[in-house]
Amino acid sequence: MASRAIEIEDVKTGEVTEAVYEHPFVVRLCHWVNAVSLFVMVGSGFQIFRAFPSFGAKIPQKDLLNWPKAFALGGWLGGALQWHLTFMWIYIATGLLYIGCQIFSGNYKQVLFVRRDLSGVWPMVHHYFFFGPKPPARETYNPLQKHAYTSAIGLGVLSALTGLAVWKPVQFSWLAWLMGGFHLARLWHFLIMWAMLAFVFGHLVMVVLHGWNNFVSMLTGWKQDPDYRSE
Amino acid sequence: MSSRTDSRKFKTISRRELLKLTPVVALGAFAIPQLQKPLLKAGLGFSDWASARLFRSGHLAPTFTDSFLTPFNQFPVNDYDVDDPEVDFDKWTLTVTGEVQKPGDYTLAQIQALPKFTQNTRHVCVEGWDVIGRFGGVRLSDFLKMIGAHPTARFVTVECADDYYESLDMATAMHPQSLLCYEMYGQPLTREHGAPLRLSIPTKIGYKQAKYLTDLKVSHVLEKVGYWEDQGYSEFYGL
Repeated sequence: MASRAIEIEDVKTGEVTEAVYEHPFVVRLCHWVNAVSLFVMVGSGFQIFRAFPSFGAKIPQKDLLNWPKAFALGGWLGGALQWHLTFMWIYIATGLLYIGCQIFSGNYKQVLFVRRDLSGVWPMVHHYFFFGPKPPARETYNPLQKHAYTSAIGLGVLSALTGLAVWKPVQFSWLAWLMGGFHLARLWHFLIMWAMLAFVFGHLVMVVLHGWNNFVSMLTGWKQDPDYRSE
Repeated sequence: MSSRTDSRKFKTISRRELLKLTPVVALGAFAIPQLQKPLLKAGLGFSDWASARLFRSGHLAPTFTDSFLTPFNQFPVNDYDVDDPEVDFDKWTLTVTGEVQKPGDYTLAQIQALPKFTQNTRHVCVEGWDVIGRFGGVRLSDFLKMIGAHPTARFVTVECADDYYESLDMATAMHPQSLLCYEMYGQPLTREHGAPLRLSIPTKIGYKQAKYLTDLKVSHVLEKVGYWEDQGYSEFYGL
């Protein structure tokens, strides 16, 4: 997919650089609203978890971990539920808006991991984790990035579906049944959150590694000197 | 083919794109103490509104065979005050008031004269745990018919021997699995599980299923929502 590109002539030096419009407005809006709502959902989720930090029986109760209150949001169970049940609508709304716009505009091709990306994953892993040579960049996102983003979007969908099963195990009893019952739906919801946190961690590391221009592109949409243009 | 611009114009374009994101800043309202409470209240209210829309009168909560039952001694006892408010069973009646044709004091025998239903259903606590119990009693809808509840009344409110109070929307109260429960696991209710009469509402969260009932009121408007709701929990909390 061809992105909109522009040549920029520096008014002082006359030097010409390039910039590519990578992220449409809706993508940037959803990204940042989603970042905030994910933060709230995880924080309040931990406070909710503190009320019964287990996935076994209530009697006898065996706690899985004692999550510190300092890393939880809402103060108490009722307060956390208020945050969780408010921001879930924002989380779902931005998710639907994002997925809808990506499909409608065709921009999803930039992100969606498809079969032909498969062969490119290992060279990227080799480069990042085992000091291998850097594979040439051909698109906005390399195959490993596409894999990560597609997974994150999938996790987002799953977090909403498992959440729905936990919130409404009667009205959506079929959903809870698909997940192995209410009890397991709650466990899936919890595990999916950790998978999402793993993505966020990797994502933030990459943001730091890839520098300022890359970060700015998620704010303005424009990325200056993208590596795949100069190849 | 790429178009060309100079660095000054590019800065303007970039700034304009950045400013488009200002709606994100609106989320900061949640961080302002004066706004946080009303915003979260509105959010919870929206969730309750959606919950009421999602409720289907004809949709039954899953039921389970006996092999899925949580052993009775592992069925948790939750209270906000005391396990046993020391109800005097000999003098106990359910006092019915409000929009009904036949208000008054109903004895347990009068209630038990209605058709009995027994069901193995899941009890979900707001804390996150769940158990499957065997509940026996009469349909709340049968009782509402018996007392001649007004056909357009919208709420059923109960009060309890331990000063707990709760309320149900009429659609939930009329649901076929909503019970005035006097038996658990085939035995009369024990004191800590709400003897002599409690609510068993498998389409609602646990705190809605009040124990040690003493009063039942049918009304058009909701005067008291519930003990935990008044502390900030969801008013509808349908499952």
